[in-house]
Amino acid sequence: MDIYSSLVNIVEKDFVSNRPEELYMYSRDPGAQPPRKVDYVVMPKTVEEVQQIVMLANKRRIPVTPMGGGFTTCALTVPIKGGIVLDMKRMDKIIEVNEKSKYAVVEAGVSQGALKSYLEKYYPHLQHSTPEAPPTVTVVGNLLIDGHGHLTPMHGVNSSMINGMEVVLPTGEICKIGSCSISPCWFTRRHLPDLAGLFIGWFGTTGIVTKISIQLFPKPRLRDCLVFSTDDPNSLPDVVFKVFQTEMAENFFVIAQDKPDWMLGHIYIVILITGNSEEEFELKKRQLSAMFDERVKFMEETPPAFKRRFLEVPPFAATAADFAKGGGFEYVGGILPIEKIPEAWRRNLEIIRRYNVAFSLAIQPLDCGHSVMFGPIYSFNRADEENIERVRKALDETNKLILELGGILWKAELPGQKLMMERMDTNTVELLKRVRKTLDPNGIMNPGNWE
Amino acid sequence: MALEDYKNIIHRCFRCGYCRFTSDCSYLGFNCPVYNKYRLETYSPGGMMWLIRAWKENEIKWTDSLAKILYSCTTCNNCVEHCKFKFNSDIVNVIIAAREEMVENGLVLPLVGRFLENVYLYGNPYRELRSNRDKWTEGTKIKQYTREEFLYYVGCVGSYDIRGQEIARALGDVLLEAGLSIGILGPNEDCDGNEVKMLGEKRLFGILVEKNTQIFNNLGVKKIITLSPHSYNAFKNYYPDRFEVFHYTQILRHLIRNGRLVFPKRLNAKVTYHDSCFLGRHNNEYESPREILNAIPGIELVEMERNRENAFCCGGGSGNFYTDFFGGGEDSPARVRVREAHETGADILAVACPTCMTMLSDAVKSEGLEEKLIVKDISEIVKESL
Repeated sequence: MDIYSSLVNIVEKDFVSNRPEELYMYSRDPGAQPPRKVDYVVMPKTVEEVQQIVMLANKRRIPVTPMGGGFTTCALTVPIKGGIVLDMKRMDKIIEVNEKSKYAVVEAGVSQGALKSYLEKYYPHLQHSTPEAPPTVTVVGNLLIDGHGHLTPMHGVNSSMINGMEVVLPTGEICKIGSCSISPCWFTRRHLPDLAGLFIGWFGTTGIVTKISIQLFPKPRLRDCLVFSTDDPNSLPDVVFKVFQTEMAENFFVIAQDKPDWMLGHIYIVILITGNSEEEFELKKRQLSAMFDERVKFMEETPPAFKRRFLEVPPFAATAADFAKGGGFEYVGGILPIEKIPEAWRRNLEIIRRYNVAFSLAIQPLDCGHSVMFGPIYSFNRADEENIERVRKALDETNKLILELGGILWKAELPGQKLMMERMDTNTVELLKRVRKTLDPNGIMNPGNWE
Repeated sequence: MALEDYKNIIHRCFRCGYCRFTSDCSYLGFNCPVYNKYRLETYSPGGMMWLIRAWKENEIKWTDSLAKILYSCTTCNNCVEHCKFKFNSDIVNVIIAAREEMVENGLVLPLVGRFLENVYLYGNPYRELRSNRDKWTEGTKIKQYTREEFLYYVGCVGSYDIRGQEIARALGDVLLEAGLSIGILGPNEDCDGNEVKMLGEKRLFGILVEKNTQIFNNLGVKKIITLSPHSYNAFKNYYPDRFEVFHYTQILRHLIRNGRLVFPKRLNAKVTYHDSCFLGRHNNEYESPREILNAIPGIELVEMERNRENAFCCGGGSGNFYTDFFGGGEDSPARVRVREAHETGADILAVACPTCMTMLSDAVKSEGLEEKLIVKDISEIVKESL
């Protein structure tokens, strides 16, 4: 039996495709990476279907690439060596919310928007850490790429909020990780060998996560943003340090961009604060607004555009897609030590000028201010190949800059992965290989990544 | 406008996906009926934009499956309403322009071709005789138009579909009961062409506009009451601006406000109202139907979670009530909508559109809810309370 017919025997016919339209669509994402070949698109509904697809893929030696929202913008869910794209979005059940232990168990296709709305409707006092991405992106996808969310500055990178998971291993076994491997409760992954690390940051090369438990957090009643401006990037390490010393910021961004005109040439610092009472809220406002020296000025009137941009959860970050009137952007997620911000900032602006790309330069401190995500966003026009090529070059130079400064690249696209692999300790590279070979002897899981 | 005229926006969609949801920030379900059913990225509004561009740039070839994707769009305007970018108003226009190009190049699917041919030859998609167009008036006092104040334009579904005919009769009776001077075109009535336009047959649509306008002019028509929001949309937005056009709910609201329509009977019922896309999102008329229902003694109006600009389409627009590209199944839009209506605890699902009526009535049967939920047109509810 041919592969298509075998897939149709596993998954309902409407959700298996080798038609040119689906192959076209799933062979690219909204970022700047060139398209790559896809052979089949499949949308499973159950973990058993995923399991059967994996077993079929082993038998036929065909690659499998799992996909959540498909919005990494760096083509992580576009296969490198063809094969099956497993679009997980039909596995969209919110299985459980445990109010007292504050976690939610969701299937792999549950979107950020769906979990947010579900909590707002049934548990309005709880929230999860929501990334700066459209509501269509999946909770599981974000967690597995070590994604960030609006609670990351205060509570850590989202993957640290994983309590447990269900995984289909590359050889087809269904495996549970965390407390759920021992009991029916998905409340922690700690205090056991931390096997979750085998699946976080591996870009689907070690298995397919079908369920996950994510920690929830209290949702304060009041939320607002304070905005500061500076023209001096040297002040930024102190700014980050001071803000986190107060332990008062829920979320925190440093942003610069060339549009609209009033933003050009300035650096804006946006601090999101929360509170459960007016008193608490006002205290935070008062303390934070007065904490910087003369280099960093508090803006008494928050620009309305910032309120729109930063107070919404998720914020409408996709607005950058229209900066170049062209429906595309990609960014480098450079994870840097705090003290490297000024140099990264200055040198990245030189890259932007050299390649003349529409941009938004954003920094989000992570993990209570222990590092930052330095994220230059390059917008481009999808109808202009020359523009896309300039963006690819700018991305490459920024990748190299981040690595030169001692940083690492978050959710790196293929060229970025290669740059890191070249620099990685050889024993570490060997360990990566050994882990993969052990888990995936036939090399079917999203091959080409981390190689 | 031709597809070429959209060349500066067609590549601007990022596929962020806000177009699939509602504007009240509820992301629990998808509000694009096509994406909700098929779930593949290709069936989202953004997916369609990307495919149309790929087709125009020769990155993909035209296929039956591409045509099926593009024809499955019901032109419900949910994407137009909820896309966050400035080009949002043109999303559906781009899809229609692509369909126009398919027509120009002889690439329409057979089902669509049959729909269009039937409209051209018979003046309706059902291949019914023109002479039967007013058979529904038998036993009523509804007469041919002879310079009455209002032309009562019934449309194809109201003229030929059995359930549609019942609605047409109910509304005719109500309008006469309220003392309105109305007449119909009967066998002289032709298709309004709304679906023809949505399906991209702009030449046939042009012929229908010209023909209908000429008939209206020859008969001295100044004011038109439409039974169907689809007709209302066509006349109001695409016909010459010579006629005053009303959807019937706007007229009934006016009559109620002026005391010309009073309801002596009490109807004890819990009612939920389904917004027609061509009355609501396309023409911003959300309140007339609700005001009528609220004016009827004994009716408790309850809203579905998705209402007004966030209403979920029944799946019948853009000719889908005939072509049926959704092909049934529990995720077909009408069945999803009927379940949502049932969840409100309503006894009656009220509509103001004969197309919505046919789609939702069938769905009630498919869901096995016949004993629990009745689909009624507002005109029928009004008639019962007179």
